[in-house]
Amino acid sequence: MTSIAVSTTINDDDVEFLCQPDETLLDVLRNRLGLMGAKEGCGTGDCGACSTIMDGRVVCSCLVLGAEAQGRTIETIEGLANGSELHPLQSKFIEHAALQCGICTPGFLMAAKALLDKNPDPTEEEIRYWLAGNLCRCTGYDKIVRAVQAAATEMRGESA
Amino acid sequence: MSFDAAYKKQAFKSVGTRPLRPDGVDKVTGRARYGADFNMPGQLVARVLRSPHAHARIKRIDTARAEAVRGVKAIITAADLPDLTNGDAALFAILDNCMARTKARYDGHAVAAVAAIDEKAAKEALGLIEVDYEVLPHVVDVDAAMQPDAPILDETVFTTGVEPAPKAPSNVANRSEFGHGDIEAGFAQADIIVERSFKTEQAHQGYIEPHACVASCNPDGTADLWVCTQGHFVYRQNCADLLGLEVSKLRVTSSEIGGGFGGKTHVWAEPVALALSRKAGRPVKLVMSREEVFRASGPTSATSIDVKIGARKDGKITAASATLRYTNGPYGDMWAELGAMTSFACYDLENVKTVGFEVLVNRPKVSAYRAPSAPMAAFAVESAIDELAQEIGMDAVELRIQNAASEGTRSSYGPVYGPIGIGPTLEAAKAHPHMSAPLGRNQGRGMACGFWFNFGGQTCTDLNINSDGTVTLAVGTVDVGGSRASLSLIAAEELGIDYQDIKAVIADTATLGYNDMTDGSRGTFSSSMATISAARNAIEVMRKRAALTWDIPLEDVQWKDGHAHAAGTKYGNLAPLSVKDIAAKSGNTGGPIAGHSELVADGAGVSFATHICDVEVDPETGSTRVVRYTVIQDAGKAVHPSYVEGQYQGGAAQGIGWALNEEYVYGDDGRLQNPGFLDYRIPVCSDLPMIDTQILEIPNPNHPYGVRGVGETSIVPPLAAIANAVSNAVGVRMAHIPMSPPRILSALNRKTGS
Amino acid sequence: MRYERPETLMDATALLAEASENAFVLAGGTDLLVRMQSDDFKADLVVDIKSIAGMGEVTETEDAFVIGAAVPCAALGEHEALTAAWPGVVEAANLIGSTQVQGRCTVSGNLCNASPAADSVPALVAANAKVRIAGPGGTREAAVLDIPTGPGKTSLAKGEIIESVILPKPTARSGDAYLRFTPRTEMDIAVVGAGVSLSLDDDGVVKSARVALGAVGPKVMLVEDGARALVGTRLEDAALNALAAACSAGSNPIDDKRGTVEFRKQVAGVLARRAAQTAYTRAGEK
Repeated sequence: MTSIAVSTTINDDDVEFLCQPDETLLDVLRNRLGLMGAKEGCGTGDCGACSTIMDGRVVCSCLVLGAEAQGRTIETIEGLANGSELHPLQSKFIEHAALQCGICTPGFLMAAKALLDKNPDPTEEEIRYWLAGNLCRCTGYDKIVRAVQAAATEMRGESA
Repeated sequence: MSFDAAYKKQAFKSVGTRPLRPDGVDKVTGRARYGADFNMPGQLVARVLRSPHAHARIKRIDTARAEAVRGVKAIITAADLPDLTNGDAALFAILDNCMARTKARYDGHAVAAVAAIDEKAAKEALGLIEVDYEVLPHVVDVDAAMQPDAPILDETVFTTGVEPAPKAPSNVANRSEFGHGDIEAGFAQADIIVERSFKTEQAHQGYIEPHACVASCNPDGTADLWVCTQGHFVYRQNCADLLGLEVSKLRVTSSEIGGGFGGKTHVWAEPVALALSRKAGRPVKLVMSREEVFRASGPTSATSIDVKIGARKDGKITAASATLRYTNGPYGDMWAELGAMTSFACYDLENVKTVGFEVLVNRPKVSAYRAPSAPMAAFAVESAIDELAQEIGMDAVELRIQNAASEGTRSSYGPVYGPIGIGPTLEAAKAHPHMSAPLGRNQGRGMACGFWFNFGGQTCTDLNINSDGTVTLAVGTVDVGGSRASLSLIAAEELGIDYQDIKAVIADTATLGYNDMTDGSRGTFSSSMATISAARNAIEVMRKRAALTWDIPLEDVQWKDGHAHAAGTKYGNLAPLSVKDIAAKSGNTGGPIAGHSELVADGAGVSFATHICDVEVDPETGSTRVVRYTVIQDAGKAVHPSYVEGQYQGGAAQGIGWALNEEYVYGDDGRLQNPGFLDYRIPVCSDLPMIDTQILEIPNPNHPYGVRGVGETSIVPPLAAIANAVSNAVGVRMAHIPMSPPRILSALNRKTGS
Repeated sequence: MRYERPETLMDATALLAEASENAFVLAGGTDLLVRMQSDDFKADLVVDIKSIAGMGEVTETEDAFVIGAAVPCAALGEHEALTAAWPGVVEAANLIGSTQVQGRCTVSGNLCNASPAADSVPALVAANAKVRIAGPGGTREAAVLDIPTGPGKTSLAKGEIIESVILPKPTARSGDAYLRFTPRTEMDIAVVGAGVSLSLDDDGVVKSARVALGAVGPKVMLVEDGARALVGTRLEDAALNALAAACSAGSNPIDDKRGTVEFRKQVAGVLARRAAQTAYTRAGEK
């Protein structure tokens, strides 16, 4: 197998890497680029722990080939905060105790960001259905949904 | 100084508040490091070869072709993990489960492992290992395994706990019995007797993080293990025992853990990784795939339970009995025993008897799952109690209140209760608006109670006062869901300083004395007790330093609100010394200041909960939706209420999944059909409503702040609460968990005769 | 394994025509990459078609919507005219997997994966959709119904790939709907799927209907008896009961980890009835 050279944009940085043709974007992020915030919970697109945003759409990076990143724009959890300033979703997840073990948290945050980018004022039902591809086994989702609602409120500039 | 663990009522400043968790930022930025997020120089990749057969004798394993693959550095089989267990059956079960010896005992049982320079070489080598199996008849069903003609899993197993000792081997490893009184006399007094059989299918803990570790064995006999675990000290002991290592030479560091729920309480593949590293002479990283997690790690028991309860027309239960059969996987354990102990623990019964059978089947070794064994027993008992209430014509809550255990009750499993929360949770349920809210079409309401023992255990904690007066708290219980926050609150409370000035860390096995693992809802209970003890010891040191600074007798220094005060008025107006003041001068007053604690945290207060649930069932498809859910549970004292609520909600959600959809599905060949998150259906966000919680605080007399464990009890009532709700919605008693749509529709068809 | 990203259909079909048996088309990858995780799966060639011009677009012509083979299902829901015309098809496409999966998966891929449980396929069959197929010998059209031939098998010849799915513009007073049964609300595989498309006359009487079922046989099933039960009716109870009976009777499911024969047959009728009612409402009645 011959490696493929890929040029892409990750978290607003120009990035080049070599990968095997059958290597997933998740493995590239974690094993070649040191971006270990995306987690592998299943490797088959069923848990959402590896969620990243590619060209504006949230995807499971375990279901994307590294080679497909060529020319794309990718956002990962490592780029969610603006320097030392947390994204409102990050702050609200901590404030609302929306994580226990935290392994699903990066995936939830990226999926929730994609939602709020598209729909700044989602209903509880819209949040729940949008996030149905992200499994959490600790929280029962209650506090996660509330944290997303609180972040949406803050991002719309309204008081909670 | 001896530690007084007795509860003392006090007004709290820190405990009971909801500060931000100390590990929050790491976890929302992707910086927190879990089992698979660690690497070492020269690290190899490990893969495990697993049996495709449910039951097979391993006649021969030939690794020669696999060893020839370029990049392969080591291959191991059971021969590389010789039996050092010295007749310790529990340890042997762990060893045999890590790597099959003479027989593969379930689909997915490890038979060999490879370490190679990359995934590709490891995968190629796996395909070239030749295993010669003699396939044997298998059995996966609990009732079938108890039949006389069932294939025997282990010819060396003779049922224990029966007299006279049987002469033939059996799949029943042990029989246990609990209870008191005379049940036959009790049933004779009953006006109404409910008798019913129940089944529950096998569920998995479903943690999102697969088992993962990095093992490094050095030529000098030392070794390091980085691993996601609920108990790194236990893993160290397991690995040292199985590999013949000196305990001091194996250093285990617990990573952040992506969920465990009991499934990461003993080793699975860590000894394999260490053995590979030992053989290859290089560090080895081993990460299970999700399929491996389902096929070969920790499910709970599948069960078959018969319950009989008799009562008088006035609602007084006169006798209760249960027979509980629990699958153990291929190795005998005590899962049915736990079920037998917990079955009737909520009630004050004169005549009660429970019998448990540990049943061997060709399924993965059963491991603890959050209040292990209790949810299934509660499902059976609480379903029967509901049916009893209907037959008597009495309100289901009222019947339970009338028979609830209270302080002084002799429990069905033996001990006499102290102050307990079953009565208060039932009264709270009765008063809760949920209980009287109107129900819609096709909806039903159910409620149920649950009990869990809770556990204390060995605990060791260090509390270091830094030179700037901040505090580093080193604990040895793995933080599975926020305990660093709760323990920081405890330290802040006891020292009288700000939460922000405490930094709690989980110490590795080389830097702290032994700790039992985070199980039995003990993390916050036991480590908070040790933290209080360590803080009190540190305060003693600080009092001495203040006495030295002021040059007054120690007995005249009092500790109050985070300051040393000179007692009385005889020392004029000596300004109190804060922790920061004392710490700043510590270099000149005797050196570093620390408090240590080593204790066995006895007296974990038992825990009770009552859940209320509304469901809506589609009568045409059998589809069930939980529309409202309320958890009421006694926490003793909620240290960080947000994370207590989180435990309540999380347990309820797991119970809902188990009740409705989660189950291991085996084919006729004994192979697992659904080893993935697509077909092993844990609840998704859109499946659940908000989960309301009500925290009751009935202080545990054996903890200084009254704390009880809160982690497990919340999974005990949901199976029964939902079953009762569904049964009330559809008018048919549902006695088989999960109540999947085909099971419900089938029950409805039988009812209508269509 | 080779990864190729051709820029023309001709190059893509040529690559596939010359390749071994283990050659695969990559559009959204949500089935292919799952299969690639398995130790038993081997791929020698993967042809990524997303760089081929037009593959990522939905085009509206005078009489049809042409959905390029690489259009992610999420994009269908963002296409207002398509959603207005074929709400059932769009809903079906957006029931596949999760948000993450919908951002990648395609209806063409859903079709070519040839799972009997594919969500978009019964809806496409009910809509009488066609596909344009490019191959080494040129292009051809075929009915969606004729593409899957059994679990994991299609009628596509070696070197052929689906270029687009063509949905005819619906006639006036028509509507479609797709419903599926899954134990979970999302992130699940259909245990039964039912797509119904119908058109009405000015009096609200069903003029024509198509009823398709998924997951109740080795491939998607067009239930003509079910459609006949609706034609000439205003979806009165008798018509709906006849539809349900026809769908239950026409189902030929198996017992598996996802459901039983008994359950699937019964629920096929229930879903077809409900989908027909929704389609009828969308067509402008009730």
